[in-house]
Amino acid sequence: MELRSNEPTGPIEHRWEKHKEHSKLVAPANRRKYKIIVVGSGLAGGAAAASLGEMGYNVKCFCYQDSPRRAHSIAAQGGINAAKDYQNDGDSVYRLFYDTVKGGDFRSRESNVYRLAQLSVNIIDQAVAQGVPFAREYGGLLANRSFGGAQVSRTFYARGQTGQQLLLGAYQALSRQIEAGTVDMYTRTEMLDVIIHEGRARGIVTRDMTSGKVSAHIADMVVLCTGGYGNVFYLSTNAKGCNVTAAWRAHRHGAAFANPCYTQIHPTCIPQGGSYQSKLTLMSESLRNDGRVWVPRKKEDVTKRPEDIPEADRYYYLEERYPAFGNLVPRDVASRNALYVTNEGLGIGPEVDGERRAVYLDFADAINRLGENTIRERYGNLFEMYERITGDSPYKTPMRIYPATHYTMGGLWVDYNLQTTIPGLFAGGEANFSDHGANRLGASALMQGLADGYFVLPFTVGNYLGEVRTLPPLAEDHADVSQAVAAVEERIKKLMNAPHPKHAPEHFHRLLGKIIWTKCGMSRSKEGLEEALREIPKLRDQFWREVKITGSGETLNQTLERAGRVADFFELGELMCIDALKREESCGGHFREEYQENGEALRDDEHFSYVAAWEWTGNPSEPRLNKEPLSFEYVKPSKRSYK
Amino acid sequence: MSDELLNLTLHVWRQNGPSDAGRFETYQAKDITTHMSFLEMLDVVNEDLIEKGELPIAFDHDCREGICGSCGMVINGVAHGPQKLTTACQLHMRQFENGDELWLEPWRASGFPIVKDLIVDRSAFERIIQAGGYISIRTGSAPEANELPVAKEDADSAMDAAECIGCGACVAACPNASASLFTAAKISHLSLLPQGQAERQDRARKMVAQMDAEGFGGCTNHGECEAACPKGVSLRWIARMNRELVRSMVKADAPIQSRER
Repeated sequence: MELRSNEPTGPIEHRWEKHKEHSKLVAPANRRKYKIIVVGSGLAGGAAAASLGEMGYNVKCFCYQDSPRRAHSIAAQGGINAAKDYQNDGDSVYRLFYDTVKGGDFRSRESNVYRLAQLSVNIIDQAVAQGVPFAREYGGLLANRSFGGAQVSRTFYARGQTGQQLLLGAYQALSRQIEAGTVDMYTRTEMLDVIIHEGRARGIVTRDMTSGKVSAHIADMVVLCTGGYGNVFYLSTNAKGCNVTAAWRAHRHGAAFANPCYTQIHPTCIPQGGSYQSKLTLMSESLRNDGRVWVPRKKEDVTKRPEDIPEADRYYYLEERYPAFGNLVPRDVASRNALYVTNEGLGIGPEVDGERRAVYLDFADAINRLGENTIRERYGNLFEMYERITGDSPYKTPMRIYPATHYTMGGLWVDYNLQTTIPGLFAGGEANFSDHGANRLGASALMQGLADGYFVLPFTVGNYLGEVRTLPPLAEDHADVSQAVAAVEERIKKLMNAPHPKHAPEHFHRLLGKIIWTKCGMSRSKEGLEEALREIPKLRDQFWREVKITGSGETLNQTLERAGRVADFFELGELMCIDALKREESCGGHFREEYQENGEALRDDEHFSYVAAWEWTGNPSEPRLNKEPLSFEYVKPSKRSYK
Repeated sequence: MSDELLNLTLHVWRQNGPSDAGRFETYQAKDITTHMSFLEMLDVVNEDLIEKGELPIAFDHDCREGICGSCGMVINGVAHGPQKLTTACQLHMRQFENGDELWLEPWRASGFPIVKDLIVDRSAFERIIQAGGYISIRTGSAPEANELPVAKEDADSAMDAAECIGCGACVAACPNASASLFTAAKISHLSLLPQGQAERQDRARKMVAQMDAEGFGGCTNHGECEAACPKGVSLRWIARMNRELVRSMVKADAPIQSRER
């Protein structure tokens, strides 16, 4: 497999302009002749479908929810970065680029990141014009805050619902195109395969989740904006329906899957309350500005009420271990340390499967210093949410928190045009791997989804269509189409008719998640990963033998939907462990216990400064590794240290 | 934290499809911990039903953190259940007592046909937004964001209205099954902002006409919608919608035509 990034050359600040100048265009009158499929309706998919529709293409957009407005982009709380420098604090496109490359621990492609930083300013203009109600100052201009440890205030926000408001902006633009007839929207429809014809992506196979009908949709190209794969862990902050199926089906047809082991664990989530738990809820990172993280020093204190543990017996482990940054160490460091102290038996809260996996986040000092009113002003909404879920008031007793999977930096390998290794198949947003390297900075997921959707894809899609000009017509009864439909139907039949049906798909998903979380989560070792690689195939075989789905596939069947997704998570989970085992270094969200120096991640630029793009071989246990070497012309790799 | 276990009786509306008559069926939910969310309690019941070879209860849900608007059911006559400002997914079992009997029903409104069990078809909301719930701005043609100041109080009010998650609880709670709160929230959000002025006149008329065409009832100021809304979207937006509607009629260039009945 040849990996050509198709990056333009020359000074980085001119690359995107130069690329646009030398690209093909499709004339307005010709656009309606092209059919484009967009899968997913979140920030990337919704924005892409709306923008392509406006340009005059024939767009079909698909989502599994009952409305495109419900895509999981909606749950993003914090904000969106943009290099506007409205605060006069020295921000610039270059600085945002620099921070993002460094924050990604030097594992991303410089050209892509620079373009992202450039486009960030256009996103804010676009969103404001759509009526996104960003926070404002009294003079009527846009307000900003500093987010995730950034040294400048470049984050735009709409209360704690920035993702919701940006998504509704894209959704409304999409609704306008649906009304105009340029976009056909298919809700409650799940993509289950890609149709490949003469080496190009020419359509998808879907299942109507209400009627169970499997159909083929033929087009000139396909764009996947189907989100991340965080639900491989079973418990994550993702929505229950988030899945890897679309990306994984593409992978099985030859689209390389890049850096699957780069996953982000967010340190401040509400811990698991019991084995029944279905998902984890994130509490904004801003809480660490005023909260102090601690556990009891003595094991015998872990069941005591926190109020009864004297100051001397409290272990403020982040403050002690990282005096300079204290409770504000980066996400990965905070998360790993929570793992270590709970490994030592110092975790608090209810026991789940024999373990206590939580630490305290205590606001007592801040309340004493600033008063309860100030704390209420800053975090009132979060405290209410916490109380609704746990029944405890953080004004009275410390919060219990624990890390949870939040975002996946890995995804389908794409070139500078966001094209995968299958011609005619593009990927945008969290579904691709392109901009965050090994670690994503706060307030940059929304930025990437919208940059891809509004400004990159509409342009690179035109370039592709301009290059291929006319594709041969593909009839519905062509073997490439009918075989793809038959394969999907066959797979559904196989899931519905396991030889020894015993357990619901959730049962297997929980077991898979537990393996991945403990062995390929915050801290990974050769031994653990090898163990996981022995366990996963066994459990996968058991799944296919014993998965139990009641009802029929020819009607709405949520158990069947789930089973299909879990089946794909099994294969992806194995690839994650293979990737994590192969990457013998620690970088960003990937921490290998063998590669550390004084407890800090030890990157190995000499041997691992590459993108790992895995190729499907037909056997999920033996993927083929392709490497895209990374070079850094502008931001020279340096060591991250927070001591 | 109490670690009490609850045993509950659930009467759940089961309906195979839009044309099926539907009926209540009774299930026991046993050993439910008070830390579970309401939907997790249903997950436990469902997993049990699957293992016994029965059909699980179908219900919509996704983010499970109260923002996507997917979930929603009527619990003992109240949309989203007994806790104020809380979606069904954020409702936790500590709100219930051991031995409670719970009646679970889908949103009931002619504008929301039942798909299956507790799942309804809310595509009418899509069509109301498509009728005009947007600002027409082509990608790439936006002016510099700070060229147009927006008074903070207007931005804050617009945000209040924009909090709507489109779950449909307002329709389910309304004795007239009116979609006024949903429609009014979007009309208000966009008409409060300077960016929304160009299309202000047509927007209210088009969206209200679509709301009527979908078979939702009119607003008679019961206020049940606001009480059921998990995001606290205010009834005053309906008054604003009515003002916008009158304003658009007064300002309309074309003669005002009486609405078809």
